[in-house]
Amino acid sequence: MSTETENPFTEGTDDIERKRTIGRVFVGVCFGSAMVGVAALVILLADVIIEAWGWLTWDFLLYPPTQSPDNFLGGIRGAGIYPAIVGSIFLIALTAVFTLFLGVGAAIYLEEYAPENRLTSFIEANIANLAGVPSIVYGLLGLAVFVRGAQLGAVLLAGALTLTLLILPIVIVSTQEALRAVPDSQRNAAYGVGATQWQVTRDVVLPRALPGIMTGTILSLSRAIGETAPLIMVGAATTMLTAPDGLMSPFSAMPMQIFDWAARPQTEFHHAAAAGIVVLLTILLLMNLCAILIRNKYDPRS
Amino acid sequence: MSDETTGRLGGLKRTVATIAPGESRFETSNTRDANVETTDMTAEAGQSDVATTERNETESSSSGGVEMPTSDRPLGTPRVDDAVIEARDLDVFYGDTQALNEINMDIPEQGVTALIGPSGCGKSTFLRSINRMNDLIDVARVEGELYFHGKNIYDDDVDPVALRRKIGMVFQKPNPFPKSIFDNVAYGLRVQGKDDDVEEKVHTALERAALIDEVEDQLDESGLDLSGGQQQRLCIARAIATDPEVILMDEPASALDPVATSKIEDLVEELAQEYTVVIVTHNMQQAARISDKTAVFLTGGHLVEFDDTNKIFENPESDRVEDYITGKFG
Ligand SMILES: Nc1ncnc2c1ncn2[C@@H]1O[C@H](COP(=O)(O)OP(=O)(O)O)[C@@H](O)[C@H]1O
Ligand SMILES: [Mg+2]
Repeated sequence: MSTETENPFTEGTDDIERKRTIGRVFVGVCFGSAMVGVAALVILLADVIIEAWGWLTWDFLLYPPTQSPDNFLGGIRGAGIYPAIVGSIFLIALTAVFTLFLGVGAAIYLEEYAPENRLTSFIEANIANLAGVPSIVYGLLGLAVFVRGAQLGAVLLAGALTLTLLILPIVIVSTQEALRAVPDSQRNAAYGVGATQWQVTRDVVLPRALPGIMTGTILSLSRAIGETAPLIMVGAATTMLTAPDGLMSPFSAMPMQIFDWAARPQTEFHHAAAAGIVVLLTILLLMNLCAILIRNKYDPRS
Repeated sequence: MSDETTGRLGGLKRTVATIAPGESRFETSNTRDANVETTDMTAEAGQSDVATTERNETESSSSGGVEMPTSDRPLGTPRVDDAVIEARDLDVFYGDTQALNEINMDIPEQGVTALIGPSGCGKSTFLRSINRMNDLIDVARVEGELYFHGKNIYDDDVDPVALRRKIGMVFQKPNPFPKSIFDNVAYGLRVQGKDDDVEEKVHTALERAALIDEVEDQLDESGLDLSGGQQQRLCIARAIATDPEVILMDEPASALDPVATSKIEDLVEELAQEYTVVIVTHNMQQAARISDKTAVFLTGGHLVEFDDTNKIFENPESDRVEDYITGKFG
C-alpha cells in the first residue's frame, strides 16, 4: 500500500465500525439461539443413548416384554419390545392408507373442485383450526366414536382411525399447499389441448404435487407414530405379550410400552425404556429421511 | 397483402367440422370463391347478403351469416366473408370490472389475425373467450355471443372441452410439461384418444413446428431442458399435433430473444397456410410483418378498428389508432 496517496475513505469509518459491532452482537445472539435447539437435541440423544447402551440388542427387538427385569439383559429368555414395534408399524401403515385416501381426497376436492364460496372457506378455516386441537381431544373422540360408538373395542383399527383423525387436518392443509404450488400455466397447457378436469388433475396436477403431498404425509405420520395420549384414550394396551395379527386385534405401540417401562421403579426397566426410545427415534428419523429424499429427488429445479 | 391472403385462402381445402355437427346451420364449402375483395364488403356489413349473392348461393347463411349490430361496430371492416369466428356484442367481466366492451368482429378462415393494443386493454381476455379458457377463471363472466362456424360457443349444449379440441392455444410463457419432448407433443393426442400412429403424428407436429432438426435425437429428454425459444416451438407442436382448426397465440414471442422471435414469426406465417391463427402481440412491427388482418383494442376493452393489416398500418380511420400505431401513446 502506498503511503503517498491520501486515503479518500477515512470519513465516517468510526460510525461504520460502530454499526458493524452492533451487527456482530446481533449475529452472536442469533447463533446462540440456534445453538440452544441443537444443544438440547444433542444432550437428549446422548442421555438416551448412554442409558440404552448395552440394552439395545437384537433380542430386544425380537422378544416380547417380560415382568422380570433380568430377562432384558441376556437372562434365561430374552425380553424386548417386539409386539409394540409390530403394533406401531401396523398402526402407521393403516393410518397412512386412511390419510392418503381421506386427506388427499379432501384436499383435491377443496383445492381443485370446490366452488370458491363462503362454505368452502368456512370448511378450510375449520380444517386449519383442527390442526391445532390437542391430541388428547382426538383420543376422546376416537374413544367415543370408534371404540364405543362403532363397538370396535380397543383394537388396532380403532387406534389407526383415531390417529388418522389426528393428522388428517395437517395432511389436508399440506396437500392443499402442494396442489396450490402447481403453476396455473401447467393446468392451462393441459386444458388448452382439450383435457378434461379429471385428465388435468391426474396427468398434470397430481404428478407435480406428489412430492409435496408425500413429504407432508410422511412428516405427519412421523408425528403420529410418536403419539401416546390418543392411544391411551382409546385404551391401547401398555404391554402386549403377542404382536397384533389383524385389524381387530388388541395392540400396543412403542410410546405406550416406553411409557409403561419408564413408570416402573426398577432401573432395568428404565434402561429398556431408553432402548425403546432409541428404536422409536430411529424409525422416526428414517421416515423423515424418506421425506427429504423424496423432496430432493422430485425437486423441479434439479 | 390481401391479394396474397385471398389467393392463399382460395387454394386451401380443409374439412370443417362444427362443434355440434347435428346443429350445423350451414354447409361448409371449400369451393367458396375467396377472391371477393374483403374491403368491398365493408359498407354493407349489416346486410351481408347483398355481398354474398356474388358468391356461392348455398353459403348465404354461412360466413358472415350472423348479423352484426350497427352500434358498437368498430371502424374499418369488422365483417369478413369467410368468417370462422364471429364475436357479437361480446362482453367479458371479471367480477365487477368490465374487461371487454361490446366486441363485434369476424375472424376469417386461415391467415393470421393480429390483436394489438396497449396492455390491459383485453387482448388476452378476448383470446381466452374464443376457446372458453375464461371458464376456468372463477370471477370471469361472458355476455353476448361468439360464433364458431355459426354456432354460438356459449350455448348450453357446447362442451368447452370439445371446443378446445378444435381451437388450440399457445401461451405467453412457454409451458411445456415436465415430461419428455415426445410425451409433451403426444399429450394432446392421448387426452383426446387419438392414439393411433402417435409416433408419426408427433414427428409431423415437430416438423411443422420447425423443431424436428434440433430435437430429433433427444425425443426422450425432458422438454424443460430446451431453450426458451425451443420450448415455445415445442408448445406450438403440442398445440398442432391434434390438428385443431384454429390456433390462438397470446404474445408467443414476448419472452424470447430476437432470434427465437423471428423463428416463431416465420413459423406463424407457415402455420397460417393451413390454420386460422389469432395472435396477440404488443409488438406492432410483428403484427405488421406477419398478420393479414389486425384488430386494434384500446383502453377500456374497446375494439376500435379492425381491418386488413396494411390498411390499419398505412391509413387507419381512427385518429386514436393512428396515434397508437405511430407510438404517440401506449
Ligand atoms: N384473472 C383475472 N381476474 C381479474 N381481472 C383480470 C384477470 N385477467 C385480466 N383481468 C383484467 O382485465 C383487463 C384486461 O386484461 P387482459 O385481457 O389480460 O389485457 P391484455 O392482454 O390486453 O394486456 C385488465 O384490466 C386486467 O386487469
Ligand atoms: Mg395479455
